[in-house]
Amino acid sequence: MRELRIHGRGGQGSVTAAELIAVAAFEGGVYSQAFPSFGVERRGAPVQAFVRFNDRKVRLRSEVYEPDYVIVQDSTLVGDVDVFGGMREGGIALINTEKELSVDVPEGVQVIVIDATAIALKHLGVPITNTTLIGAFAAASGEIALPALEKALRARFPGKLGDKNVAAAEYAYNLIKGEA
Amino acid sequence: MMEILEGSHAVAEAVKRCRPQVIAAYPITPQTHIVEALASMVADCDLDADYICVESEFSALSACLGASAAGSRVYSATTSQGLALMFEVCFNVAGMRQPVVMTIANRAMGAPLNIWNDQQDSISLRDSGWMQFYAEDNQEANDLHYIAYKVAENHDVLLPAMVCFDGFILTHTYEPVDIPTQEEIDAFLPPYQPVNVLDAKNPMSLGMYATPDYYMEFRYEIEEAMKRARKVFAEVGAEFGEIFGRDYSGMVEGYRLEDADIALVAMGSICGTTKDAIDEMREDGKKVGLLKIRSFRPFPSEEVKAALAGVSKVAILDKNISLGQKGAVALEVKDALYGTGTEVLDYIIALGGRDVRKRDIRAVVDLAEKGIGDQFYGLRTEVL
Repeated sequence: MRELRIHGRGGQGSVTAAELIAVAAFEGGVYSQAFPSFGVERRGAPVQAFVRFNDRKVRLRSEVYEPDYVIVQDSTLVGDVDVFGGMREGGIALINTEKELSVDVPEGVQVIVIDATAIALKHLGVPITNTTLIGAFAAASGEIALPALEKALRARFPGKLGDKNVAAAEYAYNLIKGEA
Repeated sequence: MMEILEGSHAVAEAVKRCRPQVIAAYPITPQTHIVEALASMVADCDLDADYICVESEFSALSACLGASAAGSRVYSATTSQGLALMFEVCFNVAGMRQPVVMTIANRAMGAPLNIWNDQQDSISLRDSGWMQFYAEDNQEANDLHYIAYKVAENHDVLLPAMVCFDGFILTHTYEPVDIPTQEEIDAFLPPYQPVNVLDAKNPMSLGMYATPDYYMEFRYEIEEAMKRARKVFAEVGAEFGEIFGRDYSGMVEGYRLEDADIALVAMGSICGTTKDAIDEMREDGKKVGLLKIRSFRPFPSEEVKAALAGVSKVAILDKNISLGQKGAVALEVKDALYGTGTEVLDYIIALGGRDVRKRDIRAVVDLAEKGIGDQFYGLRTEVL
């Protein structure tokens, strides 16, 4: 079983990101589970959401304490929140930042930075980065395939909004694939 | 068909397939997504039901009571303080023998205000005459609604039922659920056939005055119906299993109990984490198993006694406390095991949404091995 922890701020769509990732993973034949850290949905406050990926039913209900993957939607959280807590060698941390970032990560953790805010602004016209980061996560982790992600995005955001979100996710996916 | 969706929506889909004719509910966290989804279905003509908007939970269940007495299949959902506000009506629904089905998105009771999960709310209604079924996951939460209606409406039962599933932990979790088709449920759950119907052309009274000459007999009849519900549940659960491949004939369910020395006993979503912890402990050579309680009312004392016959120690994970005594599950299990000599230790755990990890389950087993129990587990002593 692999586990993902998403760190964001209330209003940034962390919970939606977790749900979309779980839906896309399920589409690919994986047993997935997504849930938020409950009851903290205040705008701007630090929030977390979680996803588990498994080849059989997920029975575990606790929060994710030793993630294989971390997504940080807002780099201002780094330092305030222990976003890398519990990460181990081989883990991947995906961080949205527009500037150079010096972070202290556990040994063996790969840090991938992306300016998701700029990508979101370009494709969506608003600085909502969750769908961009999901595209980057798909490329970085290999947990979800791009077509499955596109299907999940279009189901959640019908019409033109779906097109825009797919474009943002695709751009991020290709950017990370190109860099990898 | 297997699909992935939020637990609340899985329950709403189940309720829709049960074809309730009247829905009355008042939104309250963490139940809200269920009734929002049902309200949308009614508004979109996906569900042919009257959705009665009410100003309180007291009115919600009162409307359900009236509609049920008029012969309708009815539905409501609530939690915590909302359920508390229904307290009086709950007893009336059971006393008038109306097979109302209500989802409880289990949540802690205030004060202090807490929106998170434990099972104090429904446990506090254990004596109301409602059946209570607890779900481990969203598949079970979905399936138990079909079963609850069929058991409740059985003419040997005619009692209301609460389908309890843990607030947030299940209501707000996306996971795969195999949801039966409408046709399958139509075949499994035929329309409600009421025995007595309020009808202006043939006037009748329900729930009237009962003097000391009659009252006890009404209570006796409810208790007898509860006893018959055990058999009906087993039959309906087995029938469901034959059709859908998921067997619910047991009011309890064992996990790796066959050769266990220590048995954990629990209800609801904590069973999943407990099973994973048990697998780890088994790898370490510890003979630990789980007995999941699916039906708390009626309580399956005989099944509990039989399932725990081979174990030397029982550790109860109680997400509630009967203040001034112990956890409610422990009291029931102690009663079931009375005279067997089996040691029963109680652990009050995860109140008000405190997270439970596998290591917590292992720690409980460590305490049980040492004979240390009948306590709150995981107290933050530094804030006491």
